[in-house]
Amino acid sequence: MNRKTIIPIGPYHPLQEEPEFFELEVEGEKVIDINVHIGYNHRSIEKIAESKTFDQMVFLVERICGICSTSHPIANCNAVEDLAGIEIPERAKYIRSIVGELERIHSHLLWAGLAGHFIGYNTLWMWIWKYREPILEIFEAITGNRNHYAMMIPGGVRRDIKEEDIPFLLKGMDEAERKIEMVTKAALDDPVLAARLKGIGVLSREDAINYCALGPVARASGVAIDVRKDDPYAAYDLVDWQVITREEGDVFAKTVVRLLECFESIKIIRQCLEKLRTVKGEIAVKVKEIPPGEGIGRHEAPRGEVFHYVRSDGSNRPVRLKVRAPTYENLPTCKATVPGESIADAAIILAGIDPCYCCTERIVTINKRTGQRELNGQDLLRLSRKKTEKICKNMGRRNV
Amino acid sequence: MAKQDIIKEIKEKLGKKIVKWEEKPPKRYYITIARDDILEAANFVFKKQKARFITESGVDTPLSIEILYHFSFDGLSKIVTLKVLLPKDGCEVESIASLIPGASWIEREVAELLGVKFLNHPDPRRLLLAEDWPEGEFPLRQKIRENQ
Repeated sequence: MNRKTIIPIGPYHPLQEEPEFFELEVEGEKVIDINVHIGYNHRSIEKIAESKTFDQMVFLVERICGICSTSHPIANCNAVEDLAGIEIPERAKYIRSIVGELERIHSHLLWAGLAGHFIGYNTLWMWIWKYREPILEIFEAITGNRNHYAMMIPGGVRRDIKEEDIPFLLKGMDEAERKIEMVTKAALDDPVLAARLKGIGVLSREDAINYCALGPVARASGVAIDVRKDDPYAAYDLVDWQVITREEGDVFAKTVVRLLECFESIKIIRQCLEKLRTVKGEIAVKVKEIPPGEGIGRHEAPRGEVFHYVRSDGSNRPVRLKVRAPTYENLPTCKATVPGESIADAAIILAGIDPCYCCTERIVTINKRTGQRELNGQDLLRLSRKKTEKICKNMGRRNV
Repeated sequence: MAKQDIIKEIKEKLGKKIVKWEEKPPKRYYITIARDDILEAANFVFKKQKARFITESGVDTPLSIEILYHFSFDGLSKIVTLKVLLPKDGCEVESIASLIPGASWIEREVAELLGVKFLNHPDPRRLLLAEDWPEGEFPLRQKIRENQ
């Protein structure tokens, strides 16, 4: 009789913030096969998009993900602009790149913290998240929101970055660089991290190509793909930066790629901010009509390429929107990386691809005695406005 | 490889098999081919030309179901899209998942959301929809309304 032992992880499990179900088939401590079930979070956004106008669609796709919440709008705007043949103003290009790169920094730091948490290294988690917080405050200062920035619109961006804010932002970048450098050096020299991550969950170059892996997962396996270089959009071909790659393909290499990418992002943001001082003008062109046709837009999100395909019949609504997020291609690589490893390592290997989940809830306070929420939506709105005002005051300006 | 060569190679290789050629140079190319030629064309673009498979998009149009296979030529800033048109009765096409493992999930998704049958798919289970979703109901078909 063929008997198998299955260890289930999920659909609801403390390791995962988002529901997905991994079945690990094991022999003793060793994983011999893995099976992934998804679909617990399916929200039919592609179908809903068919009933939205092109402007509304950007806001809808922003809701796909809470962490890389500007990636989908950028890809979507690129697709609509490709469809209609729109060229965005130069100033808008720099602002798009700044928002995109700030997001990469906060997302990579979030992942590095969670990776520490998954291997039981909570000091690293708390430490890195402490340094991620100032990045979110920079976001709040320039966009008004910590997540879901609502900055993108077909034809450009919705908010300008003011000249008087640039010194504050540059200072923020200097501080972030100093702290991330400290964490990076400490993490990469840490014997505990090396022991847990080196040689674990190796994704070979061939597998990375066959499974069509993307982003840091592919780059850590020696596949130097990055949409920002390969198909430049926004300001990525106007500034100087490098694609980070590693050859090893293990979880440690993925960590190194992500941490070092933060410095490239800082480099890009600095150059873009300097350009904003001299490049003046409009931040968006008026988009009147979207002609019939089809368009493809891409953006290198923190997790890899986000792909949007839009088809229009000439009306004000898209006929079809197809979205492909990077985890869709990265998650199946676990078939190649997890079997042969131990159960204890499976968690960090699965986390190593940085599966995407939402974390937009800021705070919920529950009264233990009554079980009621202490703060309602209005209170949260009031508190968030108060905090934005405080940040503005620190920056020395009256309103955002 | 020079930029023009990729496109010229595809033109030469597929030759008479090209039903329709649409292009937005220098970045986007849409090539319609017959459904029986998709495996050969995908093999050529993915294995020979070393393109990266991005994804498949399924579109329900009044006349047919279109499947779009997007391939990226990284470094050349080009996306080549192979299109096949499937009649609404007998929506079948050969699967490319055994050729490209990265296409396995998207073909399972298109199968359940648009009702396209992928022949010889290595793992033809449901991906996103619930177990109790009724057979023969395909949510991305146009006749299904949003509130349904």
